[in-house]
Amino acid sequence: MHEEIVFCKGGGCTAKLGPGMLSSVLQKLPKGVDPQLLVGFDSSDDAAVYQLTDDLAVVQTLDFFPPMVDDPYTFGQIAAANALSDIYAMGGQVKTALNIVCFPEKMDLNILGEIMRGGNEKVQEAGGVLVGGHSIADSDVKYGLSVMGTIHPDKIYKNNACQEGDQLLLTKPLGVGIVCTAQRVGESSTKAMELAIRSMTTLNKYAAEIIGRYQVHACTDVTGFGFLGHLQEMLGDDLGAEIDSLQVPYIPEAVHYVNEFFLTAAAQRNRNHVGDRVDFQKVPFAMEEILFDPQTSGGLLVSLPPKDAELALHEIKALGIPCGIVGTVTQKDDKRMIVR
Amino acid sequence: MKQTLDARGKVCPIPVIETKKLLATLQEGDTVEVAVDNFIAIQNLSKMAVQKHIEVSSEKQDENHYLVTLTVTKASSNEKTEKTVCIPDSRIDKTVVVLSSDKMGEGDEKLGRTLMKGFIYALTEQDHLPETILLYNNGAKLSVEGADSLADFKLLESQGVEILTCGTCLNHYGLTEKLGVGSVTNMYVIVEKQIQATKIVKP
Repeated sequence: MHEEIVFCKGGGCTAKLGPGMLSSVLQKLPKGVDPQLLVGFDSSDDAAVYQLTDDLAVVQTLDFFPPMVDDPYTFGQIAAANALSDIYAMGGQVKTALNIVCFPEKMDLNILGEIMRGGNEKVQEAGGVLVGGHSIADSDVKYGLSVMGTIHPDKIYKNNACQEGDQLLLTKPLGVGIVCTAQRVGESSTKAMELAIRSMTTLNKYAAEIIGRYQVHACTDVTGFGFLGHLQEMLGDDLGAEIDSLQVPYIPEAVHYVNEFFLTAAAQRNRNHVGDRVDFQKVPFAMEEILFDPQTSGGLLVSLPPKDAELALHEIKALGIPCGIVGTVTQKDDKRMIVR
Repeated sequence: MKQTLDARGKVCPIPVIETKKLLATLQEGDTVEVAVDNFIAIQNLSKMAVQKHIEVSSEKQDENHYLVTLTVTKASSNEKTEKTVCIPDSRIDKTVVVLSSDKMGEGDEKLGRTLMKGFIYALTEQDHLPETILLYNNGAKLSVEGADSLADFKLLESQGVEILTCGTCLNHYGLTEKLGVGSVTNMYVIVEKQIQATKIVKP
């Protein structure tokens, strides 16, 4: 029997390897020693930064994954927005991008054309230029970008330099992984999927431009490890956080989908990784799952002083995507992430 | 009665969804034995079991083969029976709460506001939550930023309650930019929700 080729089997950042698995492998690799390398993989940061001159460094990142939506053009846009996001999370500007493509030989090439059209549009919107790529014949579709950007060496956003008393700003709604999973089993509403796609195709460029005008202590983008996984990285080994779950922006339908038990493996891996560092206090089960949900092309999570956070939030709200100040960085010695 | 389900080779959430469908056909004391091929699937099945008050245990057969046993208990089957007796289809129970004022009842205004705040708080404590809350005219002032009950509305929304505020009203009071919870709605929806409601609660 001939097996039908399925475009969307459930991808995006739910397809990422678990954080625990990854770190056990990376630990065994020798760390690169080069004084010009400002950020490498030892810091679990979003992208690598290499200094060229006193006032110029390059930012490099790579991201690709299988489709999480049925429409190839939309998938191309999302995959590109997701890959470009790492440059913005570092505070950089996008310059060039290379396509990474895996595509079955028997599949209609027009589909690939649509994927690349969507990707290219996002690179252009980012102010960058697509300069080449590499394609492999594979059993499943995968697409993404390798992106190069520039940054001033003194203006890199660290992902783990939060300060006590900072507020945590999240610029996109959570729950896109859950909504895409519901879509895959044929249960998601058009409205939920529309908001998920609008969020995933929105470049973090606009939020990054806004926070650039404020005093950012730390910044990352929320992707495969979920909100709490990325928050844990941000807090490092010293700090804790208090999260107000009522302020967390999310796609409303995600609550229903969790209550229907559309539970992904990736969210559970994130839960296992964060472990007992999170302390849920009377939080509904659905909200727990939303906070562990892997995000594809998720928003920026920014740690900044309270006054700056308020003003930045006000500006980011005008972008029209659900966002919010979701919590506070708490004192040293209490490493817990308390969610109320 | 004991049912079996082989969910090996299937990716989450499929094992959980198939198990859930099978459980829905069972009675108190029945068990389902689900075969899965990874530990994460056991954890996801266990999360569902805890939410549904179902007893769960698991056992490793060999590498990539685990058996998860779920037993329908009295608590879980009660939950189901109660639903089937009173609410054959949960969507048929459409309770709509209509808040057309920021005050509850006639009389002293300050008292009216305090009562309304108390009403919304008490709503969050109910076992059976309404499907929808409609806010219009002065009621639209309850769901905006800075409103006393905003946190309560957000809690209700996080538990699946749909919160709809009249767009014309927000606009009239200059509050369009300030909506703090739920979404904006129009008169067609306000009428439709009330016509289709099985019960309307209007304090």
